[in-house]
Amino acid sequence: MDSALILEWVIKSAILIFVLLTGFAYLTLFERRALARIQVRIGPNRAGPFGLLQPVADGLKLIFKEELTPAEADKVLFTLAPVVTVVPALILAAVIPWGRDVTLFGRQVSLSVADLNVGVLYIMAVSSIAVYGIVLAGWSSNNKYALLGGLRSSAQMISYELALGLAFVPAILLADSMRMVDIVEAQHPWWFVVIQPVGTAIFLIATLAEVNRAPFDMPEAEQELTAGYHTEYSGMKFALFFMAEYAKMIVISSIAATLFFGGYLGPGVDRYPWLGPLYLFIKIVILLFGMIWLRATFPRIRYDRLMAFGWKVLLPLALAVTFITALGIVLEMLWLIPVLSLAAGLFTVAMVHRALRRKAYARA
Amino acid sequence: MVDAWLYIGLFLLVGIVIPGMAIMISWLVAPRKPNPVKQSPYECGVETVGESRVQFKAQYYIFTLVFLVFDVETVFLFPWAVALGKLPLFVALEGIVFILILVAGLVYAWRKGMLEWV
Amino acid sequence: MTPLQLVFLLTAALTLVAAFRVVTTRNLVHAALWLVVTLFGVAVLFVLLNAPFLAVVQVVVYIGAIAVLFIFAIMLTRREMRDQGAQLNKGWWAAALVSLLTFGGLFWLTRSWDGFTRTAAPLPTGQDTLSALGKALVSPDAFVLPFEIASVLLLAALVGAVYVAYREK
Repeated sequence: MDSALILEWVIKSAILIFVLLTGFAYLTLFERRALARIQVRIGPNRAGPFGLLQPVADGLKLIFKEELTPAEADKVLFTLAPVVTVVPALILAAVIPWGRDVTLFGRQVSLSVADLNVGVLYIMAVSSIAVYGIVLAGWSSNNKYALLGGLRSSAQMISYELALGLAFVPAILLADSMRMVDIVEAQHPWWFVVIQPVGTAIFLIATLAEVNRAPFDMPEAEQELTAGYHTEYSGMKFALFFMAEYAKMIVISSIAATLFFGGYLGPGVDRYPWLGPLYLFIKIVILLFGMIWLRATFPRIRYDRLMAFGWKVLLPLALAVTFITALGIVLEMLWLIPVLSLAAGLFTVAMVHRALRRKAYARA
Repeated sequence: MVDAWLYIGLFLLVGIVIPGMAIMISWLVAPRKPNPVKQSPYECGVETVGESRVQFKAQYYIFTLVFLVFDVETVFLFPWAVALGKLPLFVALEGIVFILILVAGLVYAWRKGMLEWV
Repeated sequence: MTPLQLVFLLTAALTLVAAFRVVTTRNLVHAALWLVVTLFGVAVLFVLLNAPFLAVVQVVVYIGAIAVLFIFAIMLTRREMRDQGAQLNKGWWAAALVSLLTFGGLFWLTRSWDGFTRTAAPLPTGQDTLSALGKALVSPDAFVLPFEIASVLLLAALVGAVYVAYREK
């Protein structure tokens, strides 16, 4: 471990954090503009050209806002909760490979920053920590809405974490490794979304629930919960919850891109490794737009149905998909995997449809 | 190997410092004029009734219990998934047996109505 | 002192302090959170021992599931989060004496063991430990029986949980 390596790490972390923070700021603008366009509005366009200074204005405003702390709140935990929420969002980014090794200033620079051999499990571990920020915020606020909202969100997160964890397994099975770089390289001719489309769909749905986004956005269920776990938060602490949500959106899109959409792979990457980060960026933006589009399209799902969907639809389907992938690999018939899993997916959709028509969805 | 983890440790520190600094800066520059009305719990303008830390449905606990079981199962599946491609057919099936035993558990919990929210 | 030793000492100190706070703090939710810190410290120790798989499993299972279960249980059962009773009973000096004697005895017994001074053999490079673990879990000449028994055990735990926690409507 030489000093040049440490310098390289520091630079890479600084770049990564900078990208995440600006990405978060401009994602908020992107979302507002995109939603506005979908709803035939214009969206924020006053601050700077095309509203490009809007995030700066929002940030400055939130810094100077008074922060309210409820008198009977648990002060330490109340301050700790936003920090605990932001940390997982940031440290998840450490394991995502941005590209192959490149030569820079005569030095071999690896664009996969922390190349862990348990990369995928690391992601699962960090996302399981994310529950704490929400539980702490809800509990420490000393507010009924916050407590109920926090509990609901955390129960939702742990329920969908199972489907999320099982959705990782097909990718690992296909790549024979938990290392993120190996998983990307294993997608060379075919992205895993082609081999395992249903697994990808489960992953995307479960990640929506993990980041509390529409249609699973319990914290924003104003009619029943005010603002859920962050009801009592204002000023900078509220901004941190906001930041955690958007940073997590970015990170989770990049994880989805890495695991199922070929990561940094794309035409010409073999010759020009610098194209890798660009391809990854494009894939992330497309996935993020998908998330925003979903928010504009779907109404919020009722809480009991949300739990039923997680436990009775996604979890069995994820188990079936794992089973099918393992079977296809063991029998050495890879074409069997997409065929069987699509059949399983269609069967599930048909069953849900039938149950909904019988209006007995919760009991089906 | 430990090198990569040191990097993650470094990243964790940075990840704690950034939100900490944001809170510090705002603490320095933001006004602070607390009064009892501002500091009361927000309940849409209605006076608070009773304890704020209410007790809640036992369902949360039950779902967490079931979650714990399946979480452990998922973790067991990961190393098996890594090794699957290098295993003979018969041995690979052991993992599938493992899954099936837990599917039986899921079916049992479902039939008993554990997965009902209401 | 190498940086790794420094990290180890800091982690060990943090783990011990957190463990101490778990038993001494009067607020039950705080106690559960200190427990999380302790468990996290143990995960870092696993990393330092070159066992990253165990470290992440420690985080996923203990912090991500068991501690959440504790917190839910506390919030579900306790209206009053503060523990009012005395933290020590009359026999505390006897307990302290016994634990001190046990510690001394163990220390005396293990004093001559050469495991403390021996350095561990380096891990064989180029070998994928995860894949080896996965193979060992399911091969008939290794741990396949414990592996399947673990599955049955989990099933039994689930059935037990259903029986204890759920009342027929």
